[in-house]
Parts: sequence; structure tokens; C-alpha cells
Amino acid sequence: MSFLEILYFIVPSAIFYAAPLILVAIGGVFSERSGVVNIGLEGLMVIGAFVGILFNLLFADTFGGMTPWLALIAAMVAALLLSLLHAVASISFRADQVVSGVAINLLAIALALYLVKSIFDKGQTDFISERFARYNVPVLSEIPVIGPLFFTSVYNTSFFAIAVAFLAWFVIYKTPFGLRLRAVGEHPMAADTMGINVAKMRYVAVMISGALAGIGGAIYAQTITGDFGHATINGQGFMALAAMIFGKWHPLGAMGAALFFGFAQSLSIVGSSIPVIQEIPNVFLLILPYVLTIFALAGFIGRANAPKANGKPYIKGQR
Amino acid sequence: MSNRATNLLVPIVSVVLGLIVGAIIMLVSGYSPIEGYAALWNGIFGDLYTIGETLRQITPYLLAGLAVAFAFRSGLFNIGVEGQLIVGWFAAAYVGVAVELPKIIHLPLAILAAAVAGALWGFVPGLLKAKFRVHEVIVTIMMNYIALHVTNALIRTVSEGGDRTERIFASASLRSEFLENLTEFSRLHLGLLLALIMVAVMWFILEKTTLGFELKAVGFNQHASEYAGMNVNKNIIMAMVISGAFAGLAGAMEALGTFEYVSSKGGFTGIGFDGIAVALLGMNTPLGVIFGATLFGSLKYGALNMPNAAGIPIEIVEIVIAVIIFFVASGYIIRLLLLRAAGKKKEAK
Repeated sequence: MSFLEILYFIVPSAIFYAAPLILVAIGGVFSERSGVVNIGLEGLMVIGAFVGILFNLLFADTFGGMTPWLALIAAMVAALLLSLLHAVASISFRADQVVSGVAINLLAIALALYLVKSIFDKGQTDFISERFARYNVPVLSEIPVIGPLFFTSVYNTSFFAIAVAFLAWFVIYKTPFGLRLRAVGEHPMAADTMGINVAKMRYVAVMISGALAGIGGAIYAQTITGDFGHATINGQGFMALAAMIFGKWHPLGAMGAALFFGFAQSLSIVGSSIPVIQEIPNVFLLILPYVLTIFALAGFIGRANAPKANGKPYIKGQR
Repeated sequence: MSNRATNLLVPIVSVVLGLIVGAIIMLVSGYSPIEGYAALWNGIFGDLYTIGETLRQITPYLLAGLAVAFAFRSGLFNIGVEGQLIVGWFAAAYVGVAVELPKIIHLPLAILAAAVAGALWGFVPGLLKAKFRVHEVIVTIMMNYIALHVTNALIRTVSEGGDRTERIFASASLRSEFLENLTEFSRLHLGLLLALIMVAVMWFILEKTTLGFELKAVGFNQHASEYAGMNVNKNIIMAMVISGAFAGLAGAMEALGTFEYVSSKGGFTGIGFDGIAVALLGMNTPLGVIFGATLFGSLKYGALNMPNAAGIPIEIVEIVIAVIIFFVASGYIIRLLLLRAAGKKKEAK
């Protein structure tokens, strides 16, 4: 197998695995830039995946090919509602944000499985019939090298995820809303004195993170697994959290990190059929994203600094 | 109402609210909450066997709760108990199968191996926190996944491609015929004693030693401790190491008592995460951990009876646990409501 052929094999599958990670990591960027730690990304993804699959199963006959996209909307709404719980606890009730996030994770998987068992009478759902379809982008896929790498047998969801990343960059760095968001996360008291409603900004940010995590979960379930069970998401949310940190709380950085983690994940799955890589024990590829995140945090790969007020509830009038 | 009384009431109110939410969910989804909770009760206290099994379930919860609570007292949030438990589980099982020694050496050695493995897994985030100011929450989450994948790979190597190790030698086992006979052959094992001893050990370290005093001081105010001449970095590392050792022991309970082997895992055991709930509910005190572990361990084991006896998915109990954590975490608002209620009573008088 030539080098180029290997790339043709790996790169599309890396992008395919990265798409949900990108969305969820961007969600994390919004939440943490506003100063709310969101460990609950995993749980929000779980709810997104579950609602996405459920919607798809229920309405596949009604909506046909459009079903997966509509399922994304349903998943978005469900995860947004769940994220509100995290917002209320950590912004209004001044709960420890990490603890609240842990509770969201436990609640999401338990609730989803409870409903699966109540509805389907077994541990996982049926397989969906309407999946996102792979296709070749007309014209672009004819370009040599780039065509087969990026435009052959792709999912629209991958383009969607990358578009969201750029949009998020624009929103966070080029709009008044983004400026306020960052201000609230760095120095809420200063922002408050300038007339920014800290609580409102944080609520909006957490809800955006819920919405994106829900979409990410639904994309993951509808492209990669095709059903929902206890192991469907299995750490993808934490992987996205890692991507967010590895990307230094920057939307494009998070996207880059998610693409890289997607690459590592796809290597650990398809790597067994590629020379050289099949010599590397699988476990190293599996732990690579986590080890890199620790290195990034320790400052071996450029220092990663969290937003200054991250994780601290803002109490008006307190110095 | 005194501050102390409110502090005690918050966990109790949270538990009650959690059970009420659980009942509402059962009602809405078409099950009978009364039947559900009756099944739960019987699953916990039904006969000697279930009581034995419930106690067995409480054992690792005690240690996982201690691990989280101990780190909390030093101002550290150890979400990595899960990973430390997994490596402890593997280490104990490995020592259990790899050598055959007289029980008096083998059993302590296997237990020690688990504690050391867990301590090592806690040492890494402790060191990173002390030296590079890296937040321990993220590192411990990452260490959880590293633990999962690494132990799975090690199990595959040890078992030559299989997905579980051999059964450990009897000389490394915590099982006791006496306890089994007492409880109609449940898997209740001597680990429960060890766990209770560890509760006392935690109390002793925190309340009766200089180390414990320093750890608590660092937990209250790092800068003040630094100024008072304490080595904050050393204390952070020590706190994570001891916390990790407790978590590793929780793994030993599963390796040497409950299962007597270790198998590769598709996901987490959940004990480590429930340990957070145990510690929170117990307000990070040794006695509180006993209370929290008893409650959550019982709920967790009793839930297994719910599908058979009432047709309700066991996940309902997980929902209840999550809701309880949620309410305990939101203690501020419960405290506020309790104080308001108390205030109104005073006015009425």
C-alpha cells in the first residue's frame, strides 16, 4: 500500500470520527469561556444520542431521508433542556460545577437507559433505517489528491461540524456577544460593572453547549453506531472535553484537536490493516488523546490556560 | 435553627427529594412507585442472603467514598477514583494469580499491591497539580481512561489473549466461610472489616496527626498554610497518594473478595463515580462516609430486585442517586429554604 493510499484510507475516517467531537468541544468552549465548567458534556451527548435515535426510529416512515436531520433538532432540544438543569444548579444555586456536571452525566445515562428499557423492553434500541448517507461531492471529488482525501464518500455532517467551528470562532471573537461572553468568563465583576448581565450570559452559554453537545451525540449515534445502548457514547464527551482543553479553549484550536483525536481513534480501529501502524499495540493509540491532553495541561506542548473565572460561581457584591 | 442542624438536614432533605423524584418518574412512566420501592426494600433486606450481598456491595463504596472525601478535605477533587480503583483491582488480582504463597503473606501482599497501584495513579495528578498547577479534575478524568485501556491491554497479555485472568489462589482470597455460612452463602467477605478499619484510619490521619492537620489547613487556605511554613506541594501530593491508595483498596475488594478475578471492561464500574456521591452525602467526614456508602450501596444492590419483582428497570435507582447528588450540590438553595422556613416559625412565635 502506498503512502497516498494509506492517507486516502485514514483521513476520511478521521474526519468522520471527528465530526461529533468538534461539535461537542465547541459547545464546551462556549460554556467554559463564560466561566461555567461543563463536565456534563458526556451526559448531554448521551441524551442527544438517545433522543436522536428514538426520533429516527419513530418518524423514519413519515419523513424519509430527512429524518436524521430532523432528529438532530430533536436531540438539540432535549440536550438543551438537560443543560438548563446544569445551568440552574451552577449559576443560580451556586452548586459546585464539577459535582453538578457529574450528576448530569449519571442522570443522563440512567434516564436514557431507563426509557430504553421502558419503551423497547431490552437493553438497547433497534437499529435505525434512515442513516446519514455518504456521498461524493460532485466536481470537487474529481480533483487529484484533495478529492479522494476530503470529498469522496463523505458525510454532510462533517462539513456541518467544520462550518460550526468557524461560525463559533466568528461569534466568540468578532461579535459584541462574544466579547461579553469572554469578559464574563475572565472577570465577571468587571463585566457586571459595565452593565453585562453575568447570569444571563452564562445561561445562554450553557444552553449553547447543551444544544451543540446534543447535536454531536445524535450525529455520533446516527453515523457510527446506528442504535443506542449503554456503551454508545462511552467517553466521547470526555474526549471532546479533552479536545477543548488541548485546543486551549479556542474554537479553531478545539476543532484541530478534535480532528487529531478523531485521527487517533480511527487509527486504533482501522490501523490493523495498515503496515507499520499495525505493529504498534492498539492500547497506545487508545490512550494517545488522553496522554496528550495531560501533556498539554502540564505545559509540555505550550501552556493551556483556562478562562480565569472558570468554575467559580459569581456572587454579586462579593469581592 | 443552628448551622450544624441545617448542615445535617441538607443531605437528609436531598435523599427524600431524590426518592420523591424517583417515585414521580415511576408514576409518569406507568409503574407503581409503591411496588417499586417495596421491591427495592426486599432487594436490600429480603433475607439473610440479600443482607449479606448488600453489605458486600457497601464495602467498595466505603473505600471509594473515603478516597473522594479524603481528597476533598485537602481541597482536591479526585474524579479519578474510578481509574485508581481499576488499577488496584488489576494489581490485586495479578498478585493473586501470579504467585502462590502462605496466606499470611499472600493476602496482605495482594492488598498492598492494590493500594500501591491506586496510590501511583493518584500520584500523577498530585504531582502535576503541585509542580505545574494543572487542575486535578481534568487530569484524573484522563487518567481514568488511561487506566481502563491499559488494564484491558494488561489483562489480555496476562491471560494470553483472553478477557479475564484465572481465579486467584485461595491464599489471596478475602472470602470467609464463616461470613458465607452466616448469610446463606452470599459473597460477603472480610473486606468489610478492612473497609471499616480504613474509615478509622482516615479519621485518625485527619484528626490525630500533623499530616492530617496540614492537609486540612491546605484544604481551607493554601496561602495561609504556605505562610505558616507548611509545604503545600508536598501536602497536595500526599493527599492524592493517600486518596488513590483508598481507591486502590476498593479495587482489591472486588479482586480478592467479590469476583476473585479481573476481566477486561467495556466501560467503567461506576463505583468510583458513586464514591463522589457517597463523600458528598457524608459531608466528607469518616462517619458520614459510612452513612453515604450504606445508603448508596444498599440502593445499588436492592435495585437488582426491581426488574424481577416489579418490572421496573434498575436504572431508576441511578436516576435517584443522580438527583440526590444534584440536590446535595445545590445545598445553598436548600439551606436558604430551610433557614427561611425556620425564620418564619420564629416570627410566628
